[in-house]
Amino acid sequence: MSLFRGRRILAGAMTLVAAAAMTACGSKTTDEGGATGVTADVSGDTVKVGLLNSLSGTMAISEVTVRDSIMLAVEEINAAGGVLGKKIQPVGEDGASDWPTFAEKAEKLISEDRVAAVFGCWTSASRKAVKPVFEKNKALLFYPVQYEGLEQSPYIFYTGATTNQQIVPGLDYLKSQGAKSVYLVGSDYVFPRTANKIIKAYAAANGMTVLGEDYAPLGSTEFGTIVNKVKSSGADAVFNTLNGDSNVAFFKEYKSAGLTAAGMPVVSVSIAEEEVKGIGTQYLEGQLTAWNYYQTTPGAANSKFVAAYKAKYGADKPTSDPMEAAYVGVHLWKAMVEKAGAFDVEKVRAASDGITFDAPEGLVTVDGKTQHIAKTARIGKIGADGLITEVWNSGKPVAPDPYLKTYPWASGLS
Amino acid sequence: MTVLFGQLFTGISIGAVLLLIALGLALTFGQMNVINMAHGEFIMAGAYTTYVLQQSITGAGLSLAVALPVAFVVAGTMGVLLEVLLIRRLYARPLDTLLVTWGVSLMLQQLARDVFGSPNVQTRAPELLTGNVALPGGLTIANNRLFILALALAAVAALTLALRLTPLGRRIRAVVQNRDLAAVSGIATARVDRTTFFVGSGLAGLAGVALTLLGPIGPTMGTNLIIDAFLVVVVGGIGQLKGSVIVAFALGVLQATGEYLTTLSVAKVIVFVAIVAFLQWRPQGLFTLRTRSLA
Repeated sequence: MSLFRGRRILAGAMTLVAAAAMTACGSKTTDEGGATGVTADVSGDTVKVGLLNSLSGTMAISEVTVRDSIMLAVEEINAAGGVLGKKIQPVGEDGASDWPTFAEKAEKLISEDRVAAVFGCWTSASRKAVKPVFEKNKALLFYPVQYEGLEQSPYIFYTGATTNQQIVPGLDYLKSQGAKSVYLVGSDYVFPRTANKIIKAYAAANGMTVLGEDYAPLGSTEFGTIVNKVKSSGADAVFNTLNGDSNVAFFKEYKSAGLTAAGMPVVSVSIAEEEVKGIGTQYLEGQLTAWNYYQTTPGAANSKFVAAYKAKYGADKPTSDPMEAAYVGVHLWKAMVEKAGAFDVEKVRAASDGITFDAPEGLVTVDGKTQHIAKTARIGKIGADGLITEVWNSGKPVAPDPYLKTYPWASGLS
Repeated sequence: MTVLFGQLFTGISIGAVLLLIALGLALTFGQMNVINMAHGEFIMAGAYTTYVLQQSITGAGLSLAVALPVAFVVAGTMGVLLEVLLIRRLYARPLDTLLVTWGVSLMLQQLARDVFGSPNVQTRAPELLTGNVALPGGLTIANNRLFILALALAAVAALTLALRLTPLGRRIRAVVQNRDLAAVSGIATARVDRTTFFVGSGLAGLAGVALTLLGPIGPTMGTNLIIDAFLVVVVGGIGQLKGSVIVAFALGVLQATGEYLTTLSVAKVIVFVAIVAFLQWRPQGLFTLRTRSLA
């Protein structure tokens, strides 16, 4: 009897949760703004910008660092006199690692706070959730994380790498090192699956063999079998698109199976300085990562960025690629607005082409057509101190090509 | 052939991990019928104990050796506190216990986040445990997996002996089989409950130490494990240790085989389907405790 009552209580609770979820979904379809778009409120002596990152939930680990570096950029710009004579007033919202919440908060920032631009999002899922909101309202989003490409929204500026600035150079590097075969390991969601599609097309055209392809559900921490498969495949290298906690379990298993960076190197695209700390250098030393920026990247702009970040947030806090891309995004927006002479979104977009910024990663240039930025590709090796040192770079910024149109082997994709 | 044997060992070692995380639960849930959703957080406490000890003890081997008993006591003490402060007041109200301990689990996670920060932390494993044993035919067996297997078997053996041979074990079995009769025979059931909870939670702490060799150490690590732990105990049957042992290894081998033949996601589906089918056939689990108790 008591069990029966328990089930009824549970059913009731489920219904409530379902109802709440439906309400949440409903509220994001409000149609304010319409076709003309909401214009930003720039009447006072400040200009508002939106900061949309997950401060709670599973993605908070990563996204909080991005929020911190955006705040650093905002402070720097304000200290130097602001944008067009107006101080930036940041409006922060928590996306809570929940994609409908991202869409809802984006709508709020645009329609209620009437911000001039929004900086944030991390996962491709959250970006895809807010994309229609920005497009409908004709508002601007600056997205700071490397992603799977094959996207080009007129209302998003992509300041992280697209595939030809990270994954393709990673493969080029492996090829130059004599790798003839690779094994693909990734988390089971859109980014790794798209990335692996691209890798397979590249491999087919470049005489590389893909010996196997395995996916683990997000959060999975049992890699005994996958590492067994990798080991018995005898591949020359592993291309790793795992995300989050899975990386920890994967690399521990990898090492205890006797696989080494010298014998079968792993190239990862989601392990930056912060993640290295959480996995342990014991397991990662000598492994490779593909990014556009490392804390150790030389140059005056980076020394300044690293020093300012550590002074503000603590000497033990590393800087990483997505943080740098977010920091660059704010500075690029400022440059675009000043070139346009206005905060108006269409004028800012029109002014964007050719804007350059002396970023911590080196000179970056905005490509107005794709709204991505030209970035230098880098391959780094993880050291015993947890920092990543560059072993190869592309020499000059790589022009963004989100649809890989300039690569003949990619013609069958998308 | 080597791959096949490697997979068999992988399956057994998955089973050992399952066994280690489920063993404490087999005691608190299996013997006492307390649904403790915070069991995973006791595992987390064990893992963080290893991390904290390593800040002061530099040798990785020594700190691991010290961590095992210390984590047992830390997690065990947390368990006793939980039992004395909350669970004791909720016996025979399983639904309330479930909700309360789930709340405690969330609080402990947030506590870990506040104390250690939300990113994962790292521990150094002793060099010996990051290597492997090479067998003929190019086969290797990872040392950390062997260590966990040995630890799990040792824990089962110690627990079995303690339950069979010691006066405390007799009292625990008496309370499990018939609480009222045990009470009128002069056994202080409240004290037995507390001790059982200490040992059960302590075993979770032990599992936490072992898991630092395999997976992430972070505030949410416990939630990922708790479901597997409950599955093992439910399928194994309430009130019996041997059920949990057999089921842990069976599920481990099934998972490894399924994963080798298909993919990790499909293997998980296979395991769950097998469990559902099995519970349709034997809802009481693999083994049941037959008592003359009326409860």
